[in-house]
Order: sequence, then C-alpha cells, then structure tokens
Amino acid sequence: MSGTYLGMPAFPQAAKAATRDTRLRANLRHATHTIRDKRARAVGELDDWAVLREAGKRIKDRTLRHLDTYLLQLEEHVTAAGGTVHWAADAAEANRIVADLVQATGETEVVKVKSMATQEIGLNEALAAEGITAYETDLAELIVQLGDDLPSHILVPAIHRNRGEIRDIFAEKMARWGRPAPEGLTDRPADLAEAARLHLREKFLRAKVGVSGANFMIAETGTLVVVESEGNGRMCLTLPETLISVVGIEKVLPTWQDLEVFLQLLPRSSTAERMNPYTTMWTGTSEGDGPRDFHLVLLDNGRTDTLADEVGRQVLRCIRCSACLNVCPVYERAGGHAYGSPYPGPIGAVLTPQLRGTTSAVDASLPFASSLCGACYEVCPVAIDIPEVLVHLREQVAGQPGHRAERAAMQAATWLFEHPAALAAAERAASATRALHPRRLPLGPAKAWTETRDLPQLPAESFRSWWQHHHTEPPTPPEPTS
Amino acid sequence: MRVALFATCVNDAVLPRAAIATVRLLERLGVRVDFPEQQSCCGQPQFNTGYRHLTEPLVRRMERVFDGYDHVVTPSGSCAAMVRDNYPRIGAKAQAEGRGDELARAAQAVTPRLLELTEFLVDVLGVTDVGAYFPHKVTYHPSCHGLRMLGLGTRPLGLLRAVKGLELAELPGAEECCGFGGTFAVKNPDVSAAMGADKIANARSTGAEVLCGADNSCLLHLQGMLRRQNSGRQDAPLRAVHLAEILAATETTPWSPA
Ligand code: SF4
Repeated sequence: MSGTYLGMPAFPQAAKAATRDTRLRANLRHATHTIRDKRARAVGELDDWAVLREAGKRIKDRTLRHLDTYLLQLEEHVTAAGGTVHWAADAAEANRIVADLVQATGETEVVKVKSMATQEIGLNEALAAEGITAYETDLAELIVQLGDDLPSHILVPAIHRNRGEIRDIFAEKMARWGRPAPEGLTDRPADLAEAARLHLREKFLRAKVGVSGANFMIAETGTLVVVESEGNGRMCLTLPETLISVVGIEKVLPTWQDLEVFLQLLPRSSTAERMNPYTTMWTGTSEGDGPRDFHLVLLDNGRTDTLADEVGRQVLRCIRCSACLNVCPVYERAGGHAYGSPYPGPIGAVLTPQLRGTTSAVDASLPFASSLCGACYEVCPVAIDIPEVLVHLREQVAGQPGHRAERAAMQAATWLFEHPAALAAAERAASATRALHPRRLPLGPAKAWTETRDLPQLPAESFRSWWQHHHTEPPTPPEPTS
Repeated sequence: MRVALFATCVNDAVLPRAAIATVRLLERLGVRVDFPEQQSCCGQPQFNTGYRHLTEPLVRRMERVFDGYDHVVTPSGSCAAMVRDNYPRIGAKAQAEGRGDELARAAQAVTPRLLELTEFLVDVLGVTDVGAYFPHKVTYHPSCHGLRMLGLGTRPLGLLRAVKGLELAELPGAEECCGFGGTFAVKNPDVSAAMGADKIANARSTGAEVLCGADNSCLLHLQGMLRRQNSGRQDAPLRAVHLAEILAATETTPWSPA
C-alpha cells in the first residue's frame, strides 16, 4: 500500500486479497469486536439513548434544511471574533487556500490534528508539492504517515496494524521524519506511546502553524469544537501562532444547546467512553492566548450536490463516529483500504459515491459493497438509514453504461414473474431436467456462486405444482384457534 | 379470517418444502390457507440490485393477488421486509417522480396485511406451542431482515423452545449476517463466502445437527456451503432447515431429511 487512492481497483477485487490475509483478518476481527462490545455497553448505560439519537437526527436535519442561514451566521461570528473565513468549492480550491496561508507565514512545516476533511482533499500531498511538510500528530495517523500507508478506519486509522508492525515502523522510519525511536524499542503499548510522545514533542514546540478540522462549529457564537483522546489536538490548537481549520459545511450546529446532544452521542458511539478526554473549543482569536491568526476554510467538495438528493442527503448528518465500521461484517473482512477513500466501511460506501460521483471503478462498486444487513443503521447515532441510501445509489449505478446483461436478466425475471403460467412451465422444465444440473458452473455470476457453494438441487416439483396436485383442503374447516 | 400464503419465488421454485410445511402447519392449527396462483415474486432481487422500476409491476401484482385477504403469510423474513419497508418507498418515489399516487396506494393496500410466519403465529394466532416434535439439536440463525427490519425479536426462539424433543443451542455471533445479501453473494463472492464460513463455523461449534433459519435465501447460501464442506468431512453433518419445517413436524408426521 503506498499513500494514494488513485487507480484503486473495484471493491470486490481489493477485498479478495484482504479476505485471504489472515493476519489482517485477525487484527480487524479482534479490534472491531472489542470496540463494538464496549460501545454496546456504553450506549446501554443511558435510558434515553433512543431519544438522544432522535434528537441528534432532527437537529442535523433542521440545520441542513437551513444550512445557508447557519453558515452565514457562523461566518459573521467567526469574523467578529477575529478569525477569517474562506469558502472552498472543491478540494483544489481548499488546498490552494491552505497552501497560500502557510506560505504567507513563511513557514515550511505544519503540525496537524487528525482530520477527515483534510484527508478527503489530499491536503498533505498538496502541501508537499509546494514544499511544505505536514506532520500528523495523532498516534495512529503518525503510524500511517511513517509507514507510507493509507488510513483504514475513521477513528483508528492504523487498525490494520498490530503492535509488532507498529514497533517496526517506528524503529525504521522515525529518524527520517525527526527524532529517532529510542534504542531497543519494544512493542509494549507504553513504550510505543513514549516513543511517539518524544518524537512529536519536538514538532509541537517548533511548529508555528497548526492545521485541523473540527467536529462541530457553533453558528450562534462562531465557536469551533474538536474532540479527541490524546491531547495532541490540544497542543496543535493552542501552541502555534497560526491555526487553519478545514471543515465541511455540514459540521455546523445552530446553538450550544444543540452541542449538548452530540457530546453525548459521539464519545459513546466512537470510543465507547462516557466523555472524551479532551474537548477543545475556540472562538476566533484571543489576545495573549492561543493562535494570533485563525482561518476557517469552509469546504463544499460535493456536499451541496449531496444535499440536493432527497434520499442521499441523510449522510450529511454523519458525525464520523465510526460505529458503523465496527459492526460491519463486510468491513471486518474486506478491511478499510478496499473502499478506496479515507471514508471506509458503510459510511464510506454511501458518502464517497456522493462526494466523488460513480464514474471510477471503485466508486461505482461501493454501493454494492454491502449485504444490506442493517447493522450500521442500528448503531448509527444519527440514524442514517445506510441500507436505504445504498439501494438508492445502486439505482444510479445500474442506470450507467455497462449493465446491459444485468438489466436484461432483471427484465427477464420481472417478465417471468408477471406471467405465472410461463413461470410454472419454466419450473416444470427445470425440475424435469434436474438430474442433469451441475453443482459447479464455469462462468459469470454462477461461477462466483459455485466457487464456494454448491447450487441447490432443484425439487422434483415446485410448490405451485404440489399445491395443484397434492394439496387437499382440510376436511372440515375447524374454527381458528385463539 | 381469510388467510393467503405468499410462498415467495425462491420457495416456490427451489425450496418448496418450507412452503408446504407452512401450509401443513397452519392447517394443523385450524387455519384455512389459500394459495392464489397468480402470485410470483415480491421484487426484492430487482429492487436491491438497483432496478426499482422493474419492481413496480410486481408491487401492483402483489396488491391485486392478495386483495380481500385479512392476512398474507410468508415464510420469508426478507420478502416480508421487502414489502413492509420498501413498497412504501417505491410508492413515494413514483409520486416524487410525478407519476401520481397509484403505486403508493397499491403499496399501502398490501403492506399492513403482510406478515412473516412467526408474526402470524405469535401475534395473530397467539400460539407459541404449535404442538411440534423435532428430536434434534438445533441452533437458530436470526437472519438480518427478520432481526433488524421486521424486529421478530423472541418470536422464533419462543416457538422453537416449545417444540417437543428439540434441544436448542445458542449460536455464537447469532446477530451477524451470514453473507448472502442477494446479488451481494455473486457481486462480492469472496467477502460473502468469508462471512458464510464464519457463520457455519459458529454453528458447528454448538454441536447442533440443524442450523435453523426463517429465511430460505440465507439458507440456500449456507446449505450450498455446507454441502460443499460436508463432502469429505468425518464429523456429523450439519444441515440448514427452515423453521417452518421444524414447526410442521410431529410425532405422527416426522421431519425427514430428503
Ligand atoms: S454513518 Fe453514523 S455510525 Fe457511521 S460514522 Fe457516521 S454517524 Fe457514525
């Protein structure tokens, strides 16, 4: 895996390799099952979880309905508090704005708080092209960056790595980026954390520019909110002189009171904690405290188009908790890289095709990367009906070129189901020749089925035929029970 | 009470035993069942693969065929969920596309009367002990549509617990999907097979002889894997059996494997 999503194969091909990688499967199984059980306990503690979830859903829906109003309110209040607001229609524009802002400071390094939005736009690569080095400071992001790897989980980007692999990456790669790993580094979690701490401390103390995203933005005051567990975020948000936050437009909330709901929903769904260890909130700039310069880059990058889709827009409620990944049986076996974007798992399968469209092979395959089991919908703290959106997107993909054979087969099936007499005849013919039917087939969907599964042996007669020939009315219809 | 059976296309053409068992079970419980022969398929394969428009004639057919019945009973959780969850959506989308409310009304007419078998038994007939006899060790896989979309809850296990002679073994990871997922099974065969293999390993770990489910599409996939695995295995074979077959079995008309 090298650090790019370009030219990713379609999901089934990428997943094929992952299902055979026993170490990856074991890492993922262990990690997702541990966190899913913990989440269930954390959520189970609250009697009013269902009500909170409904509130979260409704607050987001109401905000999205009036998104323009709240964004303008936000801009007004951020500006009044000494910040500068920039509007970016797409990834290229956002990257350009950030690069220009960094260059204006004369710096060539930035420290970063873990941020999905900056991964989505490929900010680190764009900055590197301008001679600016971005240092990831979240532990798991650091592992991914040092390993020249790609994240495979929203919350735990290096979930596909185990302790031994992390030790090796630190020992080999830290020196190239800064302070080397201590001699004789072991794979004990405390040692690994200490190595990361020493390596990162140097960067925190030196950096003049910080780059972040945000979990929430409060329109009524212009306040940004970042929740995290490691304290690296607090460092990046308070120590540098300049802070640049790149945030998707859907992250706005009208009021502080709304935030109350999400500060309960997010940590329990995400890390299975009652409360996350660090919550950093800032409003513009403050004299003698924190960054002197604050820039907010509001990112669209496909969100307005998504908002226009009546079924698809619900994905904009997402608070990136990753609960849906942790319960997803497909994610658990395919791994995060197969999804070809920084958004893996069920949310990626419905978000990426809306943000990027469905023209590339991987994006067109994402809506089909699900058995529609519904486990994601069940745990989603803002009740995004992911299976509903998947099917909705499948319709869009099925309408694209390249589905002639499938469409013809589906049309033939509907025709047959519309003509029960023909259906009965087909059933009779199939049953009559059943002794000749093979259990394995060499081509197409039948091959995909029979590689691991026998085809069913057809019955001697269909139910329809049994009903006509063998079913006899019960002699005296007795009174129904109950 | 006029009751119709919706057999489903898979049960009709491929796995008729579940539908036959449903008829026998309901008649044993004193319910007169009709099988309107103009019925076919609920449209789930087309809908879930992205061909919503091709399901529309089938929505109308379901409404026509089952008009006048108080209850339409189906031994398939996923087909019941298709009708109850997705028919209203198909109607609403047609309306949003400016095609009037004809489909929405057809959907509305059939949706509330369609019940999955265990719902009909427990909620309408009010029985959990159906007088069945099945002297085997059984583990139960609650397929996703029954579990999460219909919310069947304890109904299937309650029915199984009341079966005479039946030893129920708890299935580890019961709530996890078996990997069938309709066309998912062929569009993503590797992940589907990996999920199925885990489901079967869990079922085997219980020592059960029978892996029971209330959805034959899932059982088709699992039985296909089992048959492939069973050839060449030394230990006792495990087989997938529909819940209706277990509930239909009695001491006088016992279940038989083939
Ligand atoms: S879709 Fe729901 S469960 Fe998944 S990351 Fe977003 S908020 Fe969390």
